[in-house]
Amino acid sequence: MSKQMMLEVTEVEPLTPLVTRFRFEHPEKAPLPIFSGGAHVVVEMPDGEMLRRNAYSLISDPNDASGYEIAVRREETGRGGSRYMHSEVTPGTRMRISVPTNLFALDPRARKHVLIAGGIGITPFLSHLRQLDLLQQPFELHYAARSRDEAAGLKLLPKSARIHVQISDEGNRMDLGEILTGQPIGTHVYVCGPEGLISAVLDVAARHGWPKGALHSEAFASPPPGKPFTVTLAKSGRTIEVSASQSLLEALEAAKVEIDWSCRGGACGRCETKVAACDGQIEHNDHWLSRDERAEQKKIMPCMSRFTGAALVLDL
Amino acid sequence: MPNTSFSPSIESRPTYAGLVPQGSAPSIMIADAEGAEAIMDLAERDAAVLDQAHLIYIPKGAKFGSKLAELGAKGYHEEASLDAAMTLINRLLGSAHMGTQLYLAGSEGMMGRVSALALSLGLPLDAIQMEHRGSIGRPMQCVHCKGVTQDVTTDPFTCSHCGLTLFVRDHFSRRLGVFQAVCVDAETPGVVPEIQEITA
Amino acid sequence: MTLQFNDETFRGDYSYFNTEHAIKRLPFPFDRDEYMYSVNIEAHPGGPKGSPFEFRFDVDEHYVSEMKDRAITLDDDPLRCQSLPHMELAGWDLLEIIMVSKAEDYPNLFTLHRDGNRWHWINRPLGIEQRFTFLDPTTLPCGPMEYITRQTQGDFALLHERDGNLWMDAGMVTSQADWSLDFDIGMNFFEWHAPVPKAKQMGVFDKALKFLLAMQQGQSYRRLNWTMTVNPRLDTSPENYHKWGPEKRTITPENVGRKQHLRIELQSFWRLPRSNAIAFPIRCYLACLEDICTQPKWGRRLHRVLRDIDPTLAEYKGFAVNQDMIVNYLSQFDDGAPTSPGIFPDA
Repeated sequence: MSKQMMLEVTEVEPLTPLVTRFRFEHPEKAPLPIFSGGAHVVVEMPDGEMLRRNAYSLISDPNDASGYEIAVRREETGRGGSRYMHSEVTPGTRMRISVPTNLFALDPRARKHVLIAGGIGITPFLSHLRQLDLLQQPFELHYAARSRDEAAGLKLLPKSARIHVQISDEGNRMDLGEILTGQPIGTHVYVCGPEGLISAVLDVAARHGWPKGALHSEAFASPPPGKPFTVTLAKSGRTIEVSASQSLLEALEAAKVEIDWSCRGGACGRCETKVAACDGQIEHNDHWLSRDERAEQKKIMPCMSRFTGAALVLDL
Repeated sequence: MPNTSFSPSIESRPTYAGLVPQGSAPSIMIADAEGAEAIMDLAERDAAVLDQAHLIYIPKGAKFGSKLAELGAKGYHEEASLDAAMTLINRLLGSAHMGTQLYLAGSEGMMGRVSALALSLGLPLDAIQMEHRGSIGRPMQCVHCKGVTQDVTTDPFTCSHCGLTLFVRDHFSRRLGVFQAVCVDAETPGVVPEIQEITA
Repeated sequence: MTLQFNDETFRGDYSYFNTEHAIKRLPFPFDRDEYMYSVNIEAHPGGPKGSPFEFRFDVDEHYVSEMKDRAITLDDDPLRCQSLPHMELAGWDLLEIIMVSKAEDYPNLFTLHRDGNRWHWINRPLGIEQRFTFLDPTTLPCGPMEYITRQTQGDFALLHERDGNLWMDAGMVTSQADWSLDFDIGMNFFEWHAPVPKAKQMGVFDKALKFLLAMQQGQSYRRLNWTMTVNPRLDTSPENYHKWGPEKRTITPENVGRKQHLRIELQSFWRLPRSNAIAFPIRCYLACLEDICTQPKWGRRLHRVLRDIDPTLAEYKGFAVNQDMIVNYLSQFDDGAPTSPGIFPDA
């Protein structure tokens, strides 16, 4: 759960045909809490009957308290959060924004930081770069995008010999083996982007003998839509309907059931909920529970996971 | 004789998982006394581990030097003491790349000191493999004078630096690579419990 | 509120004393007549006017003398203040929180002017005036954490969050209950708590860590902890154990009321913005048994708590060897009457 602020949208700028930058400021121009590189905020979107909350990385300068900026990629197959941002939000719109939280911080002990971004995964690195500049720490950034049109970060990246852009339309691909070989002791690696990129980096790193302690990743997962389902709350006996484009967490929140949460993308573990009874199949879409925990079906991550079957009773 | 099994203790007491070969990746191997046998066992499981390995051995009276020299490491270095070896170890760790494996085998004193150095150079803890063999003597730091007494096998013992009588704690600092020792008769000077041998 | 600062010592002649005002506002750590560990966390600041919970960083009559004692301890042993190199940004975060809070909460005592990164700090009680550039350590006489904690009561630990754990990577520790910063710096949450008996099995640390990791900036928290000390001594470090340890054996039935002290820790927890680290201040309040027993409810309660406490805890909290004398002394204040719930003394 997070403290929230009511902020006003002051700028809406398309960076590419698919990606738009939004800037938020305090309505009375009061300073906003400063943050650390890699932090995200959760934006509340009242979309008709649905109240959506999506997490977005902050791309603005962590030390600039005058405003927060995010970059949102329009996803046609999602539940509508990004579509809402692109179609409903204009300068002057007021929105509830959470205080920044950081689940993808730089490790300040690192002798060097290797940043690997794919597509919209460039966003957290934009605030990281400011932090690295302030702290004057060595880094290299590798940014892969399908086309220059899609490379939303290009407009926002500083010119630097340490930033390498690979556009696959132009025949350039990232050579992970090369990037992950010969790095000095004390280097840390950070990857953000599509699932495929993240697994590839972690896989190549493992094969090259990198210890897990030096590898960090952030996946931009948002809850997948699915068939509607019903859950029962053990303590009150209430039944909650989860609609096709609503996550279980959103349905619980709409029903005023308090659940702790943070990343809303299945990575941080905060919303872990005990299952009292399960007659059916939980669709675990998170990255938090272990394989054994998933098989046992005694726990569920409401932010991402869904259910099909006869009955799911939550210990709430 | 396999990896020593230490009895369950407090959270900060290190345990040693034993060495697992990681193929022919570049590696730095450091062993003292009976730790040599752990390296030999490792090589038996996968001879490729020696291909790009620098192997440093501090015999401390044990007789495994010639066997280790024959294993075919890229570089074999026999050193008179850990102190003497530290110059080379510093150089090898400092110039290593990420992906280099670190295998340590032998006494807690050697493993504590070398892993502390590796951590300070930025190597994450999960890149350091350790296996305990041989004497269970511990490196004990006197919390009063900060001096370290090596290979302590009794509890209590006398600080080799300031002379206080100290009791042995399981509380261990990875940063320093030592266990903590505290004055045993602070409240009742001269009244010291019976000396006992430390057990695993 | 005109605060008078005591001129007192925490070593040697031990001239430390509590005024009646200080005694009444003590953060007495027992809310019931028995004690066991708990994750007893509440939001902070927030509490009755005049209580140590009202402001973010409580300043009391012991402020000036406590800082003098800290300076002596640091001269004798500079290793009591250490910051691993990567924690400098966290040190700045801490400096900012303390300066901003104290200037707002005690405007008569502290002033902070900020012009961008050019800061001007005035500490009237300690007679300090400092102009410096925020984030530039060359403009301060020492690192930011050391600088500000030499002017703030209580010990401080700065915890770095990584690998789903918290690591004590910086600290100023001169009033600790018998643990060594030099030894523990670099340890994670479970490791530095390793010597605490029973708590691990109770799952107290798992719950506490989970809570701390979930903390966000903008909302801080506190809890109370306690130990016992003979004499109003702040420096009860393991390093000096062979110096203060013998004092533990000088308690007699005649002096126990004045020499045996309850040492209360008001711990607070803060998420820091730039470093994403967690600040963990441990503010220490000392009061002898005689002082505490001027409040009838506390006299009754303390007797019952210390009489019935788990023996392993009595040992760990540092008073097992004197427990009989302590309990006997306190029994005169316990008439068996019921005590009201909560920590505050009855009016």
